[in-house]
Amino acid sequence: MQIDQQLVDIQNIVDDVLKLAQKKGATQAEASMSKVQGIAVSSRMQEVENVEFTNDGGLGISVYVGKRKGSASTADLSKVALTLAVEKAVDIARYTSEDPCTGLADADLMATEFPDLDLYHPQALDTEQAIKTAIEAETAAMEYDERITNSDGASYNANLGMRVYGNTHGINAGYPSSRYSLSCMVIGSQSDDMQRDYAYTVNRNAALLNSAKAVGEEAARATVERLGARKINTANVPIILHKDIASSLFGHYVGAISGGSLYRRSSFLLDSLGKQVFPEWLNIEERPFIKNGLASSSFDNEGVATQDMTIVDSGKLATYLYTTYSARKLNTQSNGHAGGIHNWLVGDTGHSDADLLKEMGTGLLVTELMGQGVNIVTGDYSRGAAGFWVENGQIQYPVHEVTIAGNLRDMFAGIAAIGSEQDQRGSVQTGSILIDKMKIAGS
Amino acid sequence: MSKSVERHLLADAGLEVAALEKALASIHRHDTDYADLYFQSSQHESWVLEDGIIKEGSYNIERGVGVRAISGEKTGFAYSDEISEEALTKACSAARSIAPSGGTQQVASLGHKAYTARYEGNNPILAMQDAEKISLLRTVDAYIRQQEPSADQVVVSLSGVYEEVLVAASDGTLATDIRPLVRLNCSVLLEQGERRERGSAGAGGRYAYSFFSRDEEGKPFYEQLADDALHMARVNMQSVASPAGAMPVVLGNGWPGVLLHEAVGHGLEGDFNRKGASTFSGKIGQRVAAKGVTVVDDGTLAYRRGSLSVDDEGTPTQHNVLIEDGILKGYMQDKHNARLMGVAPTGNGRRESYAHLPMPRMTNTYMLEGQYHPNEIISTIKKGIYAPNFAGGQVDITSGKFVFSSAEAYLIEDGKITAPVKGATLIGNGPEVMQKISMIGNDVALDKGVGVCGKDGQSVPVGVGQPTLKIDELTVGGTA
Repeated sequence: MQIDQQLVDIQNIVDDVLKLAQKKGATQAEASMSKVQGIAVSSRMQEVENVEFTNDGGLGISVYVGKRKGSASTADLSKVALTLAVEKAVDIARYTSEDPCTGLADADLMATEFPDLDLYHPQALDTEQAIKTAIEAETAAMEYDERITNSDGASYNANLGMRVYGNTHGINAGYPSSRYSLSCMVIGSQSDDMQRDYAYTVNRNAALLNSAKAVGEEAARATVERLGARKINTANVPIILHKDIASSLFGHYVGAISGGSLYRRSSFLLDSLGKQVFPEWLNIEERPFIKNGLASSSFDNEGVATQDMTIVDSGKLATYLYTTYSARKLNTQSNGHAGGIHNWLVGDTGHSDADLLKEMGTGLLVTELMGQGVNIVTGDYSRGAAGFWVENGQIQYPVHEVTIAGNLRDMFAGIAAIGSEQDQRGSVQTGSILIDKMKIAGS
Repeated sequence: MSKSVERHLLADAGLEVAALEKALASIHRHDTDYADLYFQSSQHESWVLEDGIIKEGSYNIERGVGVRAISGEKTGFAYSDEISEEALTKACSAARSIAPSGGTQQVASLGHKAYTARYEGNNPILAMQDAEKISLLRTVDAYIRQQEPSADQVVVSLSGVYEEVLVAASDGTLATDIRPLVRLNCSVLLEQGERRERGSAGAGGRYAYSFFSRDEEGKPFYEQLADDALHMARVNMQSVASPAGAMPVVLGNGWPGVLLHEAVGHGLEGDFNRKGASTFSGKIGQRVAAKGVTVVDDGTLAYRRGSLSVDDEGTPTQHNVLIEDGILKGYMQDKHNARLMGVAPTGNGRRESYAHLPMPRMTNTYMLEGQYHPNEIISTIKKGIYAPNFAGGQVDITSGKFVFSSAEAYLIEDGKITAPVKGATLIGNGPEVMQKISMIGNDVALDKGVGVCGKDGQSVPVGVGQPTLKIDELTVGGTA
């Protein structure tokens, strides 16, 4: 198998780099390397627009000279560049300070089992086929409704690659993975109003992508539904974060419970372990070993074994997320979160999306969020929004140019229901979220 | 043309200019209109002080070549992280596969055209000893802790980039550029009882690191930045809930120019307008902003973060007037979109690196000043918001909706600035908001050099600026 040989070659490079680092004076060292090949093809107005052949890779190394750390990385994988990177990292460690918390993760936390997580589904990188798929999606969108008048295009991406991590405890592990995606964005118009929206599908297995036709039609439907959007008056009302954008709310939770935010005292959830943050019915489980999962991995970016974990237990903050460094700063152990989270499954209340609208009664269904107005230090939240005004459980008309604002602490506690229809395209799998009350600013 | 860049990127890899002409000719053997090669090498370093110690240092090297072939509206693109004749040949045949063989275009003979350098071609990473960089970080930390002994968390970071590029194109363009870029950031967290607030400030540009120690109003520039970060944290410590709803807003000068970047800048990029996807499409010569509003994009400003001597297609940057006295004058163009729209490129063809395709991008986008003193502007408002500092923003160029989030803001009551309010997102419609600008200050300023613009997954450094502005109505996303 060619891919197995490539993996061995990269593991050998990582091995050489670690040895070189030790030779240059490092007492500990760790290196990660990736190599990804792919194609990115786009169509616009049903003609080919761009065909890109991508080929990305790089090596990152951190060395520890006693309790001093230095890091370097290179996208150039020639021997000269790799040697320079090692030398630079060692050199930098002469200038950084002694830090008792620095260093590799503890040896006994290293991953020792590397199950096949079914992350690699290779397929020839066929630009002709990719073009055909993109054009098919765009055609389905353009033909969906006469109010679709223009297109921002469709794109098909395919990436095949591998990732290797090694350190001087002796771990040197890697795995190949694949990722395919198709997206489409079209423009609709009605008198003076022009709106755009998009749809996408992503999977590690190309055969499991939604059909091009479905993606195109979803993009067109979303776009047409936005036409004629208006502002609404400033009000306090319940909102639903539609499942397509709902995971961002738990993304803010990730930020607030990450060790880095805690030891810097930069979180509104300090000293909250075991405290009630969400309603009692809400649970979040982390499952790193889901087959074919987009965020599956048996080890984190420091080689630490990942494990099934309960993140939120009956609404209580069950665990913080630690890297080696943040754990030591807080006198605990890493729980495998260097580089992020691994497949969160958010519990639900069994409501269909339609039931959720009925449960809300009158309020705002949010389908788009804009900007980064979230402050993790204070929990203050204020973002641009667009969506639909809902009365008596029925969608009335599209809404835009409003903001939703509140504090994450209240928003988390105020989650009234979560739908059972989930978006499974990211590292957080959740349904639509009903929040009991937020401030909408409009006209 | 720098001989040293030519040596590093070509000769050291066994290439010469003749080989580039040959590579471009190989692309034109297919039915293509234009082709270019982009060679780049870059070094990047960063140093971080946290908890009073030098916690991290890192160094990154990148080197490669990107090859683009254009046929009508189609683009083929391939790149390699290795610069060699073999890698170049391979990338050329991949890129030209966009078009069938049988091309008739000739490659113009490659030659340098004179252009004005907008910054010096020195390497900031080498120009200062590592020990001195460390000592600069420690000095800033000590200054902040001296000013505010109760400061809980202080983070100071320093980063520098040195980049060499060489562009060769089938239209005969051969250009090189050396691009230094430095940045200093500081952030401070204050804690009072249960309440914690952070303030931050940063600056940078195409300078050496000594830029941060230069004298600014009688003290080193880094002290001014530290003061700004402390000021923001202290103000936010006192802040009350921001009001919600539509109201008059006064934006401070300088960095709040992120308004222009989002409300009009992206919407005036050539690609969106060629495709008719922008709310500003087809509006050249029409009124798109209030009288008195003149907005320019200028990549020629000396040493600015958003400036370039030549863009990433080898076109010298320009002072481009986008909106003059409220009338839309022109779009920002790269070569591809300019050719398809039948206009001249404007020096706005930019790319994140050799591994990314160029597109029309902003450089330094700012509004020219008007006649009003800032105090006079504030005095006209009975109830509204004054926002002198912002975090990022975002725009939907098709509907024109844009947001930007305040990082420091105050209530205006009866013509006076009163209580500080919490950060809030402001939302509006670009063309409508530009028509609602009713007073323009006499205090134009550019930002301090920290802007990063993202488009299609590519990040490039940019600048923004404006005088103090009054907008008659904008929706403020507070909670009160």
